This record gives sequence, C-alpha cells and structure tokens, in this order.
Amino acid sequence: MSEYVFLYRGGRRAESPAEGEKQMQRWVTWLQDLAAKGHIKDQGQPLDREGKVVRRNGGSRPVITDGPYPESKDIVGGYTLIEAKDIEQAAELAGGCPIFEFDGLVEVRPVMQM
Amino acid sequence: MELDDQLFRRDSGRIVTVLTRIFGFENLALAEDVAQDVFCRALEVWKLRGVPDNPSAWLMKAAKNRAIDLLRRERTGRGAEERLSRLLQSEWTMTATVDELFTTSSINDDQLRMMFSCCDPALAEETQVPLILQLLCGFTADEIAAAFLIRRDAVAKRIERGKKILAASKHLFDMTDADLPERLSAVHRALYLLFNEGYHGASKETPVRAELCREAMRLAALLLDNPRVSTSASHALCAMMWLHAARLPARVGAGELVSLYDQDRTLWDAVLVEKGISFLEQAAQGEHVSEYHLQAAIAAVHARAEKAEETDWAQIVWLYDTLMEITPSPIVALNRAIAVAQRDGPEAGITAINAITQNDRLASYPFFPAAMGELELRAGRAQAARGHFEEAVSLARSASERRFLQRRAAAAVPDASRR
Repeated sequence: MSEYVFLYRGGRRAESPAEGEKQMQRWVTWLQDLAAKGHIKDQGQPLDREGKVVRRNGGSRPVITDGPYPESKDIVGGYTLIEAKDIEQAAELAGGCPIFEFDGLVEVRPVMQM
Repeated sequence: MELDDQLFRRDSGRIVTVLTRIFGFENLALAEDVAQDVFCRALEVWKLRGVPDNPSAWLMKAAKNRAIDLLRRERTGRGAEERLSRLLQSEWTMTATVDELFTTSSINDDQLRMMFSCCDPALAEETQVPLILQLLCGFTADEIAAAFLIRRDAVAKRIERGKKILAASKHLFDMTDADLPERLSAVHRALYLLFNEGYHGASKETPVRAELCREAMRLAALLLDNPRVSTSASHALCAMMWLHAARLPARVGAGELVSLYDQDRTLWDAVLVEKGISFLEQAAQGEHVSEYHLQAAIAAVHARAEKAEETDWAQIVWLYDTLMEITPSPIVALNRAIAVAQRDGPEAGITAINAITQNDRLASYPFFPAAMGELELRAGRAQAARGHFEEAVSLARSASERRFLQRRAAAAVPDASRR
C-alpha cells in the first residue's frame, strides 16, 4: 500500500443551504465508503478559500498579497490522505468524488516515501 | 450521520435573531448573510470531517465567532440598544456579553421579541406570517411560497416590504412597551394562521406544511415561558394547537386526508392530547374567554371521545354557539351546522347550512359544498349529494384534497346513503 494525497481543486460553493446540504451528503457518503474499504489514512481538512500569498520577487523582503482568490478556478479547497495499491487505483478511487458534479477536479499526488 | 432538515432553518432563525439584537434591524441583511455564510462554511468542513455530534452547537459557536469578529472590526455595536451597545464597545465586556446573548434562554427571549416585532401593526397580516417564517424559522421565500400555495415573487415582495418597515423600528420589540397587549393579540393571530395553514394543508405532497404546525407550536411555547405574555389566551392557543396536532398522524397518516369521523383514533398522539388538556386547564384560570379557548375546548371534546359515535355533540354545538358570539364567521357557522346535524340529524344540518349568509370566502371553500354533500347523502338523496361533491372537487386546493373529495363523490351512490 502506498500513500496518496487527493487535492480538491475548484468546485463551486453552494449557493443555498439546501444545495450545500445535498453536496455535503454526497461527500460524506463517498468518504465513508472509502473509509469502509480501508483507503482513508487521514480524512484531511478543508482549507479556507481566502488567504495570503507570500513572494520574494527577487527583493530582500517578502511581498505579501491577498490571494489566492476564491473565484480562481483551481483553488485548493481541501485534501485527504489516501492509501491505495498504486497510482492507478488511487486515481480510480478519486473518480467517485462528488466534486465533479460541482465543476471541480481532484489532483492525485503520490506521497514521496523516504 | 443524516442532517436534520430543520437544523439549518431553526439555527438560521436563532442566528438572525441574535445578530439583529446586536446590530439592529438596519443591519438585518447582514444578519441574514452571516447565518447563510456560517452554514455554507460549516458544510465545507463537515463534508470532509463528517457532521459533528451536535451540529447546532457547532453552528452557534461559529456564528458567535463571526459576531465577535464583526464587532472587533467595527469597534461598535452599531444598531444595538444603548445599554447593550456600551457593553459591546468595550473589549473588557464584549466577549462575555456576546456569550450571554448566545445562551439558550437569551436566544429564546430574543426570538419572542422578534416575533412581536414581526407583528407590528404597520405590517399587514399577510406580511407578518411570511416574515415570522423567514426571520424566526429560516424558511426561504421558495419554501414559504410552496407552503402557502402562492407565487414566489408575491412572497418575496411582501417580505421585502416588511423588512423595510422593520428597519424603521431599529430594535427588537421591547416587552415592557405599553403596546404589549395589542401586539400579543396580533402574535396569537399570526401563530394561529401559521398553525392552521399547516394543519389544513398538511399532506404527503407538501411535507413542509406539517413543519408549519411544528414551528407554530415551538413559537407559541415561547409565549408560555415569559410571565408577561403567558396569559390565559396564550395557554388556550397552545391547547388548541396541541390538541389538533395530536390528530395529525391519523389525518394524513396513510398519505390521504382522513376526515375526523373516519380517523383511527388510536393513532392520535396521547402525549400531545394530555399536554393540550393540561394547557386548557391552565387557560381556564383566566376570566376572559377567547376564541382559542373555545376552539381548544371543541378539540378537547373530540379528544375525549374514544369513538366518533361517542362524541358529545350537544356540548360541541353549545361551544360553536358561543364561538359565533365572539368571532362570527361563515366557517364557524358551517362547523356549527355540521355539529347540529350530528346532534339532530341531517335535515336539521341542511337547514342550518342554508341559513348561513353566503359570502365570497365560503363560495370558494371546498368543504362547504362537501358538507352539504355529506348531509344530503345521509338524508338518502345520493343524486343531490353527488352534485355537491362534484362542486367541491372543482374547488379543491391541493391534490390530496381533490382525491379526498373525489372519493366522497364516488361514494355518493343510492345504496351508500348510510355512513
């Protein structure tokens, strides 16, 4: 078994509580199913969509700006740590994520093991 | 874990109420945005972490933190009442004050005040109820429109106009105000309408309507917790609601409307009946008899009869006679006529119905011709009965009403004259 991170990118936020509840139920069901099959290493955390971006821009001091912007398409909204046989299986597991119905995508990245 | 449908609605109502207390009616839109945002953010977290054991506490804590953030950013309890505003401006007292505002008993007090605000005499009755549903019960305009079978934009317009009027009143209603008694009658009336809308419209197709009953009961119960407004009429209103709600499982249980006479009375909720009777006993300690006393007393007579045939109709006719003296209306007169028919036979009932002065409201009320149909059928005139039932079908306001009335029309054949 190897470890993979699912990075949830994009995906519009619910516009109404009712829609949000529908979205959430799908996620809970999907993750519970993965957990039941022993694929969840760490259920991860959601990330706030507003924050700061820090750059050096070649200068001597960091430049801090607002961002990434919530409206940017590929913003990371959260992550989950997964266990799978190989990257193919991990990718297949990601295929069931409800994020696709809400215009988002899942980036599957192997965790480098020392 | 499955989320309770009512969770967001109810907590949204609580959050909006407390934030209105803090920021005043001029910032009602802000209060509503915060409630919505808190919930949407909660869902973002819950979808990865799962729903917490006590989602309600989680939401209220998140709302509290948002309120504190907003207060820090503004450095003022803008819109709060003077004394509260001072407490919210100082960092020394702010957090403790906000904590206090978010306790259950403080929220309940404020919900009561919000309810009285929504019943401002400057607002039409048709605006008061949707405002209560939105601000206290967290219903969207869509849900209100669905529950009341009216157009969404009509609801939205009423609510918008209502909020403008509320903005002028600045703070939640002050329960020591001299207007309290008049406001209390308006609140009774609004809760009564809310309950009835849910009760008479409840069906499998519109499950949201049973929720109207529950919400009306929750809000009415708040009246009993405050000594200023836990009057005899408030108890009577609660008695009426509890006794009627007890019948809901039998009324809509099988997915179809079942008339009072045909209901399986073992399905009546004994706990609600008992509670309703006890409210009625407390209501009887007042000197004034309100329409709610009489409505509750009628419901209590039905509740006491284990079988429909054991109903004390003489008592019910007497109660309707008294009700006609206090609040005469064609609907009350119709119900009285039905009780007369039960006591003295169908011909007496038909005479009583014919004596009712017709008006527009009754002309579009399907249960008016339906009642005539029932009595004609019992008098052995199936042909006439069928005509009345068909008229009733054409007036039905919902699919379940229509099916119910169609079944009655189909039953109006010569050999079925005895029920």
